Amino acid sequence: MKSLEELKAIRDKARKDINMRNENPDQIRVVVGMATCGIAAGARPVLSQFVEDVAKADLSNVTVTQTGCIGICEYEPVVEVFQPGGDKITYVKMSPDKVGRIIREHLQQGRPVVEYTIGAHKKD
Amino acid sequence: MRELSLNVMDIAQNSIVAGASLLEIGLCENTAEHILSITIKDNGSGMDEDALKSVTNPFYTKRTTRKVGLGVPLFKMACEQTGGSFFIDSQLGKGTSITAVFKTDSVDFTPIGDMVETVGLLISCNPNMDVVYTHRRDEGELTLDTRELREILGGDVALDTPDVSLWIKDYLKEQTALLYGGETN
Repeated sequence: MKSLEELKAIRDKARKDINMRNENPDQIRVVVGMATCGIAAGARPVLSQFVEDVAKADLSNVTVTQTGCIGICEYEPVVEVFQPGGDKITYVKMSPDKVGRIIREHLQQGRPVVEYTIGAHKKD
Repeated sequence: MRELSLNVMDIAQNSIVAGASLLEIGLCENTAEHILSITIKDNGSGMDEDALKSVTNPFYTKRTTRKVGLGVPLFKMACEQTGGSFFIDSQLGKGTSITAVFKTDSVDFTPIGDMVETVGLLISCNPNMDVVYTHRRDEGELTLDTRELREILGGDVALDTPDVSLWIKDYLKEQTALLYGGETN
């Protein structure tokens, strides 16, 4: 059973890494579109996969968050990755099985997965 | 929408955009009467009377990216098609409250779906907003109030800390399973 005692232990452990997290200038932001269009297209499992995988990989420089309609409903589920320095990569027609590669290649190694980006889809 | 929990996520997105600092989500199931009510209440910017009148119209939206807004109309349809009813109340500067009542024995009733996923993600992805989640099922009740979690975590450990997110999800999963008599939902 999950207890509040356990939450206290998590707190004490988290306090140790907290400075690292807050003062990291290389913070990457992953934003998932969660308006009606995104949700209907299957954005929730994508968001969930990101939250879980980022936690499991212990990526303290990545925050995962949700937003409203990004404006390209026909490409939903849409995920935007904001990199330090202001660059943005837009991934379209996302599914949970694509998340692993983006975490490994883009978030960990700094190489965006070009074939999942909006640029690659528009040429089709 | 294939699950009501997705409609809830969608409606909650409006609360986030409205700048709510407190979001209350309540489910109440009465299995003997075959009734489910879902309430989503926020303390966000609210709507004036004109906006409130038009919000159930699919051709009303506040977004600028296109001219339709389907979130509220879809949720309203989901409850009314079961023979249930829909209520919305809003005050400018105070917040908005939506209640949808469903008849769960209707053939047109959409399953509740994965509320744990919806609530867990709303908390983890909006660490500055407080969420109070209540799920009542006959005699059973589950409550999660992020203000209480914050008290334990202190000011320095955020609700979106990965281990905290995982704890919240597991806690909700266990408590929900208890509501359903130990079966997994």
